[in-house]
Amino acid sequence: MKETSNGKGRMLRGAEIIVETLIEQGVTHVFGYPGGYIIDTFDALYLYRDKIKQILTSHEQGACHAADGYARATGKAGVVMSTSGPGATNLVTGIATANMDSVPLVAITGNVPLTSLGRDSFQEVDITGVTMPITKHNFIVKDVRELAPTLRQAFEIAISGRPGPVLVDVPKNVQQAVAEYVPASPVQKRVEPLKIDEQAREAAQILSQAKKPLIYAGGGVIISNACEKLREFAEKFGAPVASSMMGLGAMPANHPLFLGMLGMHGSAAVAKALGECDAVIAIGARFSDRVAGNPKSFCKNAKIIHIDIDSAEVDKIVNSHAHIIGDALQALYWLTENAKPHPNSEWQQRCAELKKQYPFIDSKMPLCPRKLLRALAELSPADRIVTTDVGQHQMWTAQSYSVSLPRTFLTSGGLGTMGFGLGAAIGAAVATRKPVTMITGDGSFHMNMNELPTCVKNGLEVKIFVFNNNVLGMVRQWQTLFYHKHYSSTILDSPTDYVKLAEAFGATGLTLDKNEDVESVVKTAFETRGTVVVDCKIMPDEFVLPMIPAGKSAEHIITEIKEENA
Amino acid sequence: MNQYIVTALVSNKSGVLTRISGLFSRRGYNINSLQVCATENPEFSRMTLVAGADDSTIKQITRQLDKLVDVKKVGLLNPSQAVCRELLIIKLKMHPSNRPEIESTCNIYKAKMIDLSPTSLIVELTGEPNKIDAFIGVVSHYGIIELVRTGLTALERGESGF
Repeated sequence: MKETSNGKGRMLRGAEIIVETLIEQGVTHVFGYPGGYIIDTFDALYLYRDKIKQILTSHEQGACHAADGYARATGKAGVVMSTSGPGATNLVTGIATANMDSVPLVAITGNVPLTSLGRDSFQEVDITGVTMPITKHNFIVKDVRELAPTLRQAFEIAISGRPGPVLVDVPKNVQQAVAEYVPASPVQKRVEPLKIDEQAREAAQILSQAKKPLIYAGGGVIISNACEKLREFAEKFGAPVASSMMGLGAMPANHPLFLGMLGMHGSAAVAKALGECDAVIAIGARFSDRVAGNPKSFCKNAKIIHIDIDSAEVDKIVNSHAHIIGDALQALYWLTENAKPHPNSEWQQRCAELKKQYPFIDSKMPLCPRKLLRALAELSPADRIVTTDVGQHQMWTAQSYSVSLPRTFLTSGGLGTMGFGLGAAIGAAVATRKPVTMITGDGSFHMNMNELPTCVKNGLEVKIFVFNNNVLGMVRQWQTLFYHKHYSSTILDSPTDYVKLAEAFGATGLTLDKNEDVESVVKTAFETRGTVVVDCKIMPDEFVLPMIPAGKSAEHIITEIKEENA
Repeated sequence: MNQYIVTALVSNKSGVLTRISGLFSRRGYNINSLQVCATENPEFSRMTLVAGADDSTIKQITRQLDKLVDVKKVGLLNPSQAVCRELLIIKLKMHPSNRPEIESTCNIYKAKMIDLSPTSLIVELTGEPNKIDAFIGVVSHYGIIELVRTGLTALERGESGF
């Protein structure tokens, strides 16, 4: 680490060193919640309040999702701070969410003083032990002199390579102890030069010979800022682009080569194309079980090129014929230069036909979720960030809300965390100072709606659309299809009045229950200042289709539900 | 399923072993033995790990290990190009009349007697695991009171350092 000072530091308390280091690393906002063992650091945040802003949430989980949303929206590490014990354990779901989706996050927790550590003291929990499997790395700082270097290392780990969350646990006496603080410059992302080996040359060879190439773009394309290059690459090789849910936004949804999302609820056109292509170029993607339900039969007839910065992803689920381990942007540059495109207008045409042949079907219910989502996308500027929770509404959004720019579709992919969306919307709204749309379901919204006051008191323009069907729709869909309609614990029937609820929290409430009102209600929601909750009443038996049942391959795709089931 | 010898240079810090063993249990890998101790450089420990795995799993194991921040370097040792040793300490029941016989068995295996009581003795043996297995087999009928094995530890042959 290059020190910018001439070595003359200042003597500061650990708590101030934490805050100085955050400021030095370019952190503008800390999401968090105070408590007994982090009180010193919140005291330091108070002292530095003109340089760094605290966003107090209702619950640590919301703060963690907010820091995550901030990071997804900006690409910078999000910072969350909590006290020890329950404060720290409340971060766990948020940290695991960030870990599964490779989001750079730095979580700072207070802990009991070193002398009390290991004695089951009040609000003591071994949070480094708890978070070991869900962080990229974590630290407990036992010496105040290690504090600044450890935090800098935490940022470097969080943003480098495949990003991820890093937790730094700081016992109270370390926050109170005094040490010299010497400022340093912000850490830079470590970038390894691309290694061109046999495998890379083989990849170029496969690509040059491919007559029907198909790109499988994942979240890694967005993380490595390779979206423009991806478009250029796809155009040069005439390769249609299918994207994982995390990769939505990497390729503009209206681009002629964009085919749609792949996987369990991906488009049927993609499922067909996967069966017909002769080469798959997977970029920054990990063949998750929601994409390759049956890895053994995934694109059996195609050669697979896998590009990923994480070597452990290569051949983890699906064996590749060639791989490039490294940064997606560099790999795309190299492949664009070193492979020859094959004329394949027929294949492009075939994919365009498939896309036309297999559209997503609108429901005939009084309020059609897809119609609403299309209206939301059409009435929003291209850079409007949309966040979701988890369930049917999330899949409809992924399918029918056209995402045109990277970092504008924020959703919990890997962990599938219900309750993610509102915190994420807060983080995105704070980061961009622009309105954010949140799509949620009544199940998910009830999990973390406690963050409504956070939106309101910070004057955030969060427009919340609750797809309210009174049931846990996704689980209900599985129960309908695979569990003999045993609707075990999925009928919510909560008497919540969303308009009153919004008003009680100081937000505005609206109701939408038919297609005819979609445009006017959406416009009203967007034009109303502040946080708005729209109760969108949909029917309980809307299905998310198509669907490839878990563990099955693309040929088992369900595209319609027969009458007796519906 | 094959036996693979994984060798790794790791930070000599508390919690590192937990990270490694946690990775194995979390991802369902099998550890047959794990041996770890500080090196000539107090910052690092060297870890030798024997794992039963198929080809693709062992690739995953080394790559997942390599991702851990505290793992500085990791690789597989080819047993034919490595020196592999294990230490056995075994406590046997002994009748005075058996002692010459046990002694001669120890000599054949180049095992050392390192403790003696009127009715028992302790033997130390270093060697490759199959030699240790064989020795245990040969002396077991005297009656094993208890034994301890270190698990395999190994270094690559030749002048290059890992």
